[in-house]
Amino acid sequence: MSIQAQVHAATGDFTIRAQLDAPAGSCTAIVGPNGAGKTTLVHVLAGLIPLQRGNVVLAGQLVDHPAQGIHVPPDRRPIALHSQHNLLFPHLSVVDNVAFGPRCAGLAARPARRRAEEWLNKVGLADLAGLRPAQLSGGQAQRVGLARAAACEPAVLLLDESLASLDAETRTDVRHLLADIDATRVLITHDPVETRVLADQLLVMERGEIVQTGTPVEVASDPRTPWTAGLLDINLLAGIAAGTEVALEGGLALTTATPMTGPVLVTFSPAAVTLSTAEPHTSARNTWQAEVARIQPESDRVRVLLGRPVPCQVWVTPQAVGELGLSTGSRCWAALKATELTVREA
Amino acid sequence: MTKRPNTKRPNRRPPIAIVAMAIIAVAVLALPLVGLLQRTPWSSLGTTLGETATLEALRVSVVVSLLAAAVSVVLGLPLAWVLARLSFRGRALVRAIVLLPMVLPPVVGGIALFFALGRKGLVGRALHDWLGIDTLIGTTAGAVIAAAFVSMPFFVITAEAGLRQLDPRLESAASTLGAGRWTVLRRITLPLLAPSLAAGATLSWARALGEFGATITFAGNHPGRTRTLPLAIAQANEAGQPEAAIAMSVLLIGVSLLILIGLRHRWIAPRTPRQQSSPESSPS
Repeated sequence: MSIQAQVHAATGDFTIRAQLDAPAGSCTAIVGPNGAGKTTLVHVLAGLIPLQRGNVVLAGQLVDHPAQGIHVPPDRRPIALHSQHNLLFPHLSVVDNVAFGPRCAGLAARPARRRAEEWLNKVGLADLAGLRPAQLSGGQAQRVGLARAAACEPAVLLLDESLASLDAETRTDVRHLLADIDATRVLITHDPVETRVLADQLLVMERGEIVQTGTPVEVASDPRTPWTAGLLDINLLAGIAAGTEVALEGGLALTTATPMTGPVLVTFSPAAVTLSTAEPHTSARNTWQAEVARIQPESDRVRVLLGRPVPCQVWVTPQAVGELGLSTGSRCWAALKATELTVREA
Repeated sequence: MTKRPNTKRPNRRPPIAIVAMAIIAVAVLALPLVGLLQRTPWSSLGTTLGETATLEALRVSVVVSLLAAAVSVVLGLPLAWVLARLSFRGRALVRAIVLLPMVLPPVVGGIALFFALGRKGLVGRALHDWLGIDTLIGTTAGAVIAAAFVSMPFFVITAEAGLRQLDPRLESAASTLGAGRWTVLRRITLPLLAPSLAAGATLSWARALGEFGATITFAGNHPGRTRTLPLAIAQANEAGQPEAAIAMSVLLIGVSLLILIGLRHRWIAPRTPRQQSSPESSPS
């Protein structure tokens, strides 16, 4: 385990209680509504907020144990933090910002600069090395902030909404970069795609507590709170595209409106799927027979989780459930228009 | 026609009464300088300024004011940090004490210093008994203390304002990248604070340079030791040597103008970061 944390901490009136275990090299995504305490939890791991009770072990080092009077300051923890506010040093050039961590780790000026340039190159900003932070756009500043934290090459990399202000294309590139980093990563995010693609485990936080833990697929198939269900109110499937055909894992092929090649992610809303008992004859390009895995009534609609051949969720009205005679284990036909699908590079 | 109030009033004639008062205000501030410059014996200015007594006063002024500014920075910066960053009982009282010399008549400060640091004063006796310092009165060190007493508040409030403007999250961010306290101070806090420190140091130096009341009351008027330019000007004026007084005044006006020009860049038009091109690092 690279991170073992029993956290009981408070900032002002706000208290968080959380347990976090993450194996070395894994990626943990923390999701939750605003004000749930996600940033507070990450700041506790970073050592910026003292623990009241519990303990934190990072990469084998006991860094917090208030009962034993142990509180290791941030600079002596095996971490680097990228804050959602970036907090680039305004008086240093972009490359000097990124070289800051390596310099603090004892690297001489030239090797530190070389490592900074490598990381700037990885986030695609090598040509901005000489600029000041004030001259960067929001997305550029975010990539510099991320490169600055990653350049520390820490055992534990803490990322607070590090991809939030990137455009779709850069976001994919940076996501790939994050997936390749060796460090144990803890990532706060609001993006369901990010959680699915990057995270080995998902922590759902609400009102200062962890309300659900599991792999992204486990949480998506069994959301415990309305907020979690809302976050994951999207079907996300991985596949290989060849033109407008996407071969999904599980054997189904979907027709899309956007020709692409190679690995892709296909997303569509649970409202975009229609269910019927007989094979439908419609304009929808995609129809398939599916097994009902579970039926979950919500306030004004029912969430139907389809199992084989591909897992996906569908919203229907309570009346439809009765009319179609849907029950767990029964079979039905699903129809999905090609134009309802969003395809993006994986 | 909209009835929305017009915030811009391009065609309104400026109110005459206000403009007239403003002109009188400028006259009140500028006329004395004009009068002085008009009386200045420009042809003999160099000779007057080259006299030994003048040069001596100039030297004392430079030494005393620079040392006072240095004392203000060395002691004032930790004080500013404490006031900006720590919350403790009595902080308002400490700040009031710090600001007091700015509003106190300098001569009162001089008297106070005399009774504290004089041979029979509270601190003066201790200095004499423990450190063997005979007296500060009449010494350059005494003049430096008097000047620092009146000038340190200017540095402290400027540095404190700078510290308050500095985003403490930048310092936290540095620590999460592996920077210890000393590194944070050296590479983040002080560089970000530099403009405020420079402005504060310049202000306190300017105040020390013009210091008169506390110096003459506490340290006395001894040529070569405590007689700074302002003291020498007063001395010359009373001794019926207006030419010397005028010449030294012109000198101080010149220095003051230079200080204002220096501060203008820091305050009124803060420098924007220069665009740096670094072709060697662009892969293109």
